[in-house]
Amino acid sequence: MTHDPYSHALQLTADGQLRHFLTLDGLGKDLLTDILDTADSFIEVGERTIKNVPLLRGRTVVNLFFESSTRTRSTFELAAKRLSADVLNLDISTSATSKGESLSDTLLNLEAMASDMFVVRHSQSGAPHFIAESVTPGVAIINAGDGRHAHPTQAMLDMLTIRQRKHNFEGLKVAIVGDILHSRVARSQIRALNALGAAEIRVIAPATLLPSDIEALGCRVEYNMVEGMRDLDVVIMLRLQRERMAGALLPSEREFYRLYGLSQDKLALANPGCLVMHPGPINRGVEIESAVADGPQSVILNQVTNGIAVRMAVMSMAMSGQVEERSRLRQESGAL
Amino acid sequence: MTAMLDINRLLDDLEAGLRARLEERAITAPVLIGIRTGGVWLADILHRRLALADPLGELDISFYRDDFSRIGLNPRVTPSRLPFATEDRDIILVDDVIMSGRTIRAAMNEIFDYGRPASITLVTLIDLGARELPVQPDICGRTLTLAAHQRVKLRGPDPLHIELRDAL
Amino acid sequence: MATGHNSLRIVGGRLLDGLGGEYATTSLLIRDGQVVAVGEDADRAAADQVIDATGCVVSPGFVDLNCNLREPGNGQKGKIATETRAAAKGGYTRVCASPETSPVNDSGAVTHLIVDNAALDSPIQVSPLGALTRGLEGELLSDMAGLVAAGCAALSNGSRPVANARILRRCMAYAQTFGFTLMLTPLNQALAADGYAHEGRVATRLGLLGIPEVAETAAVMEMLLLAEDTGVRLHLSQLSTARSVAMVAEAQRRGVAVTADVAMQQLVFTEEALAGYDSRFHVRPPLRTEADRQALLAGVRDGVITAIVSAHQPHDSAAKQAPVGATEPGLSTIESVLSLGLKLVEAAELTLPQLVAGITTGPARVLGISNGLTAGAVADVCVFDPAARWSADETTLLSSGKHAPILQQPLPGVVRHTLCRGQVVWSAD
Repeated sequence: MTHDPYSHALQLTADGQLRHFLTLDGLGKDLLTDILDTADSFIEVGERTIKNVPLLRGRTVVNLFFESSTRTRSTFELAAKRLSADVLNLDISTSATSKGESLSDTLLNLEAMASDMFVVRHSQSGAPHFIAESVTPGVAIINAGDGRHAHPTQAMLDMLTIRQRKHNFEGLKVAIVGDILHSRVARSQIRALNALGAAEIRVIAPATLLPSDIEALGCRVEYNMVEGMRDLDVVIMLRLQRERMAGALLPSEREFYRLYGLSQDKLALANPGCLVMHPGPINRGVEIESAVADGPQSVILNQVTNGIAVRMAVMSMAMSGQVEERSRLRQESGAL
Repeated sequence: MTAMLDINRLLDDLEAGLRARLEERAITAPVLIGIRTGGVWLADILHRRLALADPLGELDISFYRDDFSRIGLNPRVTPSRLPFATEDRDIILVDDVIMSGRTIRAAMNEIFDYGRPASITLVTLIDLGARELPVQPDICGRTLTLAAHQRVKLRGPDPLHIELRDAL
Repeated sequence: MATGHNSLRIVGGRLLDGLGGEYATTSLLIRDGQVVAVGEDADRAAADQVIDATGCVVSPGFVDLNCNLREPGNGQKGKIATETRAAAKGGYTRVCASPETSPVNDSGAVTHLIVDNAALDSPIQVSPLGALTRGLEGELLSDMAGLVAAGCAALSNGSRPVANARILRRCMAYAQTFGFTLMLTPLNQALAADGYAHEGRVATRLGLLGIPEVAETAAVMEMLLLAEDTGVRLHLSQLSTARSVAMVAEAQRRGVAVTADVAMQQLVFTEEALAGYDSRFHVRPPLRTEADRQALLAGVRDGVITAIVSAHQPHDSAAKQAPVGATEPGLSTIESVLSLGLKLVEAAELTLPQLVAGITTGPARVLGISNGLTAGAVADVCVFDPAARWSADETTLLSSGKHAPILQQPLPGVVRHTLCRGQVVWSAD
């Protein structure tokens, strides 16, 4: 499996704590398990009368969304507020950058606001990396989805959902179905499942929706969904964008649904109790039959609840890593 | 000094003090909450001795600490577990050692996020003084004054004992 | 001796003439801009000035077939004055200026402007490349004969493909009529689409948009068949795939008049250079796999690829400071080509004579110029110390582009002196 030492150095402190959360590439089982465990604690917090904890009180979290997504932004906003942070939402997709201001210039302006954390969504792969490299030390960057690269909080909330139902990952057979090519979620899920020790990861799609050398991420390609459903413990359906038809990647929604949609018949081929997941929003009748989406094996709604807890975990852990980093830097400069 | 810190004698003292307190205040159905980790061990013993009906509560105050901006998040945080409604209940809060009072401040903040209790009674095994906040135990096993080089720690859960040692 | 300071002797250097000849510590005598004697003859004659080249290699001045000087243009990314000075420091005595300027060099007027500005500002020789089509838009033929008459060395499509095969065929037929060389970068734009990285495992891992290998090979095949059909002299610029090398070799065996070059960066780096989203390595064509790199090196060793180019693309810093996909392609290489090449020599991937031929006589032959270090040749000379080390950074780089491929690390190879037509145009001291 490929491994990116560069991201490793950028998002971890010297002693291996998270300080940014950019990608799951290079993060080990222990750290991912810590994230899930911390998220479990935050789920408990969410069941209380007062759902806030004072961890990030007095800190400013900026939601920097260069690509608008009300849903993802809202869960990050709620997560930050439950950590008692001050939250600023900036929908950059409609402001200065579209008028030609460069990303670097936007960042310079934002830093004047003395933020402690940027939650970044951007259509360019690697944009959070770029921002993490250019911000002042001590500011944490959380990737809320970049291009086709990664959506690590989404993948981790999916892992939390799987762990709640299946308890551990050893021996699990998981399939991801649909538009793998454009999916940052799929890439992060493959990373997470491999790191956590899943037995087998299959990606199921026609060749036009598969990136080249996807196997190098640690998965097996299956073109035939009927074959691919056998012995499955978890099936993750991806959202299909309408534009894919115009790009000559697919002939029609109808043909896609017939071949790669999750119907009750296809689900019956999997193991009993196979979980059905979807990062949402769902296209009923395109990726998934309504009866399956709303059926007993579907955990699609649990995924939403877990999203807040996972984001609280990642935000508090990254802020914690930055805190340690700052005190280390202070000590070093004191030692000089 | 070690003889003075006989854990069983101290537990007897705590139990007796607690019973007297509950009687004095006419509290009949309290709930017990231990602060992780040592406080939970002690609370578990007291819970059995008092034969309380409600299950034991466990509090992990990691999310409420006031030193996040200096030391960051406890990497081994586990969920708090209060398997009862706290609203209008009489709570007995148990910890092993009280010093600055900051842990108790955090624990009380966390308890209030579950609801408004009728009262909180604080029980600690050892009081080391050196308070930084106006928080005092209602029942305390032993007050100690340590020399600068000394450290005290509750070890357990089985067997439960108090370790007093010289810091390096 | 009454002619003044116009004779110069280079002594103590190891002479590599770029033609396969290699002589241990041989002297070279230069007078009135020409090499007048080599070896013992050079030692015997008097000289006004002596350059001690002990420990150095003495080679023909480097020739670059693919360089962006950015003039005419807005000057932010570079100018003839800055980039040719950087080239002289890199050991170059002649660079071909890409037609991708602003405006595009598609008329005699623009060519004259470049030639005139170079005469004023450049210490070395500048050979403009004319645009193959008007505005490089791939639709209308440019005034090819006019461009050549104004001073263009060849005609090129820059990095912009001629999408329509019928127009490309006519470009070739027209150029063939007058014996012009076409320097074409093979790319099928429809297949490359919005890509900016090699379509492969690194692009998949990082979520970068890929340019498949076939975007180049399909164009190479088309160009080779059209060249064979029209009989034009075709030079393929910047091959990046193993398959392209094999197809060119096969065409050469069949007698097609085709030559090819490779950018130095393609011989040194692979797709892995983009790991960590280092936007400097956003280049066109993209850096490909290790297997491709090996095949390109073999192509240089076997003589299928006769020229190694700089593909120098100076940029202002803002052009590179963004997520990879939002940056402009290209590295600032002109000062690093020799050092990168010497790293290949150190790694035994090329021999020193192969490297020198690839950046001197090989590219010169594509332009129809002979530049060997023999008596009677024009005195374009580079004296470099292969063992000396330097480090590229903001202050050492003369180019306006500070995005060199290897920064702040010791690099082998320092150009001590560059002589253009017998004049010292660069000295390291």
